[in-house]
Amino acid sequence: MDLGPYLLLATLEGAITAAVLALTAVGLSLVFGVMRVVNVAHGEFFMLGAVLSWFVASHVGGHPALGFVAALLIAPALAGLIAAAADWLVLRRIDYDPERTIVATIGMLYILQQGALMTFGPDARPVEPPFNQRLALPWPSFEGGFHLTWPWGLGTTSYKLFIIVAAVSILCILWAIMARSRIGLIMRATQMDGEMAQAFGIPVERVYAFVFGLGAALAALGAVLIVPVQQAHYLMGGDPLLLSFIVVIIGGLGSLPGTVIAALLIGLSDGIVSVFFSPTLAKIIATLLVAFVLILRPQGLLGKRAT
Amino acid sequence: MTVQRKSALLHLGVPLLLAALFFVLPAYHMGNLSRIMVLAVYAMGYNLLFGYTGLLSLGHALFFAAGMYGLGLAMHLGGVSPAPAFLAGLASALVIAGVTGFLALRTTGVAFMIVTLMFAQAGYLTVLYFGTYTRGDEGFVIPQAARNLLGLDLTADSIRYFTALLLFSVIFLWLGWLVNTPLGRAFVAIRENEERARMLGYDVQRIKWYAVTLSGLLSGASGAAYALLFGYAGATFASVQYSILPLLWVLLGGSGTTIGPLVGTIFMFYLIDYASSITSAYMLAAGVILVLLTMFAPGGLAGELRRRAVPWLP
Repeated sequence: MDLGPYLLLATLEGAITAAVLALTAVGLSLVFGVMRVVNVAHGEFFMLGAVLSWFVASHVGGHPALGFVAALLIAPALAGLIAAAADWLVLRRIDYDPERTIVATIGMLYILQQGALMTFGPDARPVEPPFNQRLALPWPSFEGGFHLTWPWGLGTTSYKLFIIVAAVSILCILWAIMARSRIGLIMRATQMDGEMAQAFGIPVERVYAFVFGLGAALAALGAVLIVPVQQAHYLMGGDPLLLSFIVVIIGGLGSLPGTVIAALLIGLSDGIVSVFFSPTLAKIIATLLVAFVLILRPQGLLGKRAT
Repeated sequence: MTVQRKSALLHLGVPLLLAALFFVLPAYHMGNLSRIMVLAVYAMGYNLLFGYTGLLSLGHALFFAAGMYGLGLAMHLGGVSPAPAFLAGLASALVIAGVTGFLALRTTGVAFMIVTLMFAQAGYLTVLYFGTYTRGDEGFVIPQAARNLLGLDLTADSIRYFTALLLFSVIFLWLGWLVNTPLGRAFVAIRENEERARMLGYDVQRIKWYAVTLSGLLSGASGAAYALLFGYAGATFASVQYSILPLLWVLLGGSGTTIGPLVGTIFMFYLIDYASSITSAYMLAAGVILVLLTMFAPGGLAGELRRRAVPWLP
């Protein structure tokens, strides 16, 4: 069997990881960029999105697509509201002090995890994808003239392709909001200089609550997209947290384009490397590489020099 | 009474109090306290770097695990006796902390936090990767017969308690002394204002490296002692969770105080112990109390005590 088809398949799987990772990491990056807050509970908001998605989808009857659309609308909104409330109740009161924020968000992590365990239970639960046609992928062959072949086993599903399309569209919408709308302008102003923004009458506290909620909602959106493929589980927050951390730092703290590029890099390399090598070894090498990138370039790929 | 004498009394008093507790406490709490004293050594090691030097590491599980596996593998695979195995644990923690510290200190701030986290994650994955020797997540047990130091059976409750107490006291007293030496003062100077320390002529980079290495060594001592006294080594001890725990202990107890790590470890241990006896949702209680403490006791328990009642607390 040729190497090519395998590579294509691995790239596709990697692209799905990258798409979901980009959404989650952009949420984390946004929160860090605007508020200078390291949100250790970010992975739990991802988990919350997945779990809520299951709740919503299992309570909506009829065609699975109905439940999925409902989940897509409700789960991120709820996760965002919970996060905004947490910001209002806790983070605002400790004045976003870096060390105390870390402890407070670790506390939130415990609360969310235990809350999910108590209401949702310890089982991994699936959500039915809204559509799931099997698509066979063609592969060009040059033996005896050019023609397309359909190698056995080379295929994906329409839903997996949809994840990629959806993530790209959401990121484009987010970019448009940040670059073109008034809310985006306010967020960027707060990011540049919080005190100055306050002086110009921007309600910085409300912007912070909104941004914290938006970051959580983006993580939850990523989770809603992935549960039809991966199942929801109350301990699923750990991996996305760690990976988003890596992505955000590699991309350059607070830089959204950098975050997306880093998500692509890490998602694709993870997909490709773990197909051809032992997954654990691949992870060790990737982790060490990340560490060395940072040692050589502490500001990340697209980050600015230390502030 | 001078501040020095008060501080000396406190540092001698705590080990004496812990020794006295042995004769009063029921067996269950005695076992808990042995465990707490070993883990408090880990917290004290962490506090040296975080509380005194102001460097936030998220990778201390690497050093804890280095000590644990240094001793554990030497005994498990090499059949080495406890004393040299303990030294092997210390040596591996020292080397790993020295090397990772040298590399990670090229970064500062959040990047330092992430680089240490990444190194620890690579260490955790390495333990999993060499599962044939380390038995991965499942871990391995160090047989009771091998845990015998100078003819003393370390598995006996009383001997385990006093071994833990000895280790704890030595490090507690040593740290109480260290933070008042010029080196200890230099650590604090870097925490308070790195630029000014540099302008005063301190070799900041080298002093930070000392802090990481010493801190890693103490963490490794705790890991090695944990494996020796409780007879088990597993990959969980190398996971992210074990990097976060000392941070919590130190912050809860009061960072930058000598007594804080012990207070925080006792508090967190009994919080989870007590909460899990009344509800299965003990993590929920732990989470709520963590959030409340950060809101109302920003300096940690000992830090609040120092702020409100005993300003001389070292």
